[in-house]
Amino acid sequence: MSVKLNTRQVGDVSVVDVAGRITLGEGSSALRDLIREMVGKGQKHILLNLGEVSYIDSSGIGELVSGFTTVTNSGGQLKLLNLNKRVKDLLQITKLYTVFDVHEDEAGAIRSFA
Amino acid sequence: MRENKNHAPETLERSLDSTLESVDSAEELALSVAQRAGFDDDDLMKIGMAVRESMVNAVVHGNRYNAHKKVRLLVSHSPERFIIRIADEGEGFDYAGVPNPLAPENLMRTSGRGIFLIRSFMDEFEMRHREPQGTEVTLVKYVVSK
Repeated sequence: MSVKLNTRQVGDVSVVDVAGRITLGEGSSALRDLIREMVGKGQKHILLNLGEVSYIDSSGIGELVSGFTTVTNSGGQLKLLNLNKRVKDLLQITKLYTVFDVHEDEAGAIRSFA
Repeated sequence: MRENKNHAPETLERSLDSTLESVDSAEELALSVAQRAGFDDDDLMKIGMAVRESMVNAVVHGNRYNAHKKVRLLVSHSPERFIIRIADEGEGFDYAGVPNPLAPENLMRTSGRGIFLIRSFMDEFEMRHREPQGTEVTLVKYVVSK
């Protein structure tokens, strides 16, 4: 399954439910395009829910970094929610786990956007 | 790593087009052999990702999606070693020139983590230039713990 992206609004936070594979090609470009589109519309608080992500490769990791930088440079915040063990392990060995603000509880993640 | 005494040695070889579809095919082929070799889910994930990253390098950086160039995939296992060899027909790639992705100044780069992940997930990783041109990488996962 390639990536599926579903966006919903919770208060002033845009939650993106990501499912499937974030890999080089369609998967990573779809996420990149969505984040740029959201930033272009002025959305400042973006929460990526990665709970249903089955696989992510180095290109996908690069897109998370790219998204983080894009949102941060626009004055916003991008946070991650519900990392499974594999994604968490990948972010840890690439030393990116501490770069991102990672949450396990959606309500808490929503509240953390100030 | 998992001890494997009952799985017969196996060798599989393919010539693949320089496309992203070939990346998926190579991963599936390697994983099918790795499953028969008896690796657990954690090792299968590591092998699959190492093959994927190596194939991306061969297709994207090596052959540069050139429809006239092929990627050779060889997967084999003995009772002790699971070996994957991936060779492209490109002009060569300076892997040594890839910056350390863990260096603080490189952490926020959007690329350059593939080789690091391969090295992290496999027990051995080698690369060599092929004659007249191309790059061949060899990935090894130990079937039996050392």
